Amino acid sequence: MDPVGLSGYLTVGAVLFVCGVICMATKRNAVGVLMGVELVLNGANINFVAFSRHTALGLDGQIASLFVIVLAAAEAAVALAIVLNFYNNHLTIDVDRAVELKG
Amino acid sequence: MENLLFLIYAIAACGGAVGVALSQNVVRMAFWLVISLASVSGLFFMLGADFVGATQLLIYVGGTVVLLIFGVMLTTTGPYLAIKTNPAEMIQASVVGVAFLGVVLSTVTAVDWSGNRATLEHAGLVSRPGSYYQQGEGNTSRQIGTALLGVRFDQMEQGAAASDEAAHGHHHDGHTHADHAHGNHAHGAADHHHETISASPRVGSGYLLPFEIVSVHLLVVLIGASYLARAKRRVEQAA
Repeated sequence: MDPVGLSGYLTVGAVLFVCGVICMATKRNAVGVLMGVELVLNGANINFVAFSRHTALGLDGQIASLFVIVLAAAEAAVALAIVLNFYNNHLTIDVDRAVELKG
Repeated sequence: MENLLFLIYAIAACGGAVGVALSQNVVRMAFWLVISLASVSGLFFMLGADFVGATQLLIYVGGTVVLLIFGVMLTTTGPYLAIKTNPAEMIQASVVGVAFLGVVLSTVTAVDWSGNRATLEHAGLVSRPGSYYQQGEGNTSRQIGTALLGVRFDQMEQGAAASDEAAHGHHHDGHTHADHAHGNHAHGAADHHHETISASPRVGSGYLLPFEIVSVHLLVVLIGASYLARAKRRVEQAA
């Protein structure tokens, strides 16, 4: 049995999640916001795999984390296409410049 | 030893995440992200999830981060390398982040996880005491593959999940199916006996439908991404 226990992994997941949320909230670079999203998804993944090891969840947690990894890759592809389009239109990727829809 | 490894990986993962959050340069953020994601895959290996760890290394570190770095290279020119965040915003965000971390960590430490599991097992809500790692550390790729198809080798019906007994159960299951196919009812009692002592994998609907949905989703996403990435040039040519 693992001597570390469930709480250690959950703590790491929580730190990654909070860092990702801070990243999403404060970065003005659109790619930085994307990196924040990746960190959040990784924190959730750590929780999935830790629960699959330490509780009766079994392999379900690992399969859920696999789906999360695949969907994160898809999300990164689409978001990068959107960012490239935004860069072509505005010649910057500062998300604070995207103010056309501002009332 | 495991504690030391966990400490190294956990510090690298958390430090990488903090570095991503604090760094202002996009390229350095990408570097810290690589450190953090690779350490997370190390944590997966430590949890016995070798297939998920390998997938994390291949897809995240090898694919998604490279995609992000390509995005950085295509969109970052000179003055846009470091778009500074307002220091006041950073202070606000760190205060909110520390408060949020406190809430989450207090939740993590307040719950008695092992006690909860013991309660569930005692109430009979969790039927199997063991999990997939009973047959040895890791080696989960085959079990994940069969779980996607609906055959759960990690969830034995009878609760006896030792590997040799599982192999025995398969043997007897094959015999029972053959006997039923022959219409031989004389062995009915013996079959019942075998079924009560043997451990057979639980067969359910599995994850086949989510798997198909995800694969179609990936196809649509890749087509849409390529369309989005090249639509603008056409408009420029028209204008």
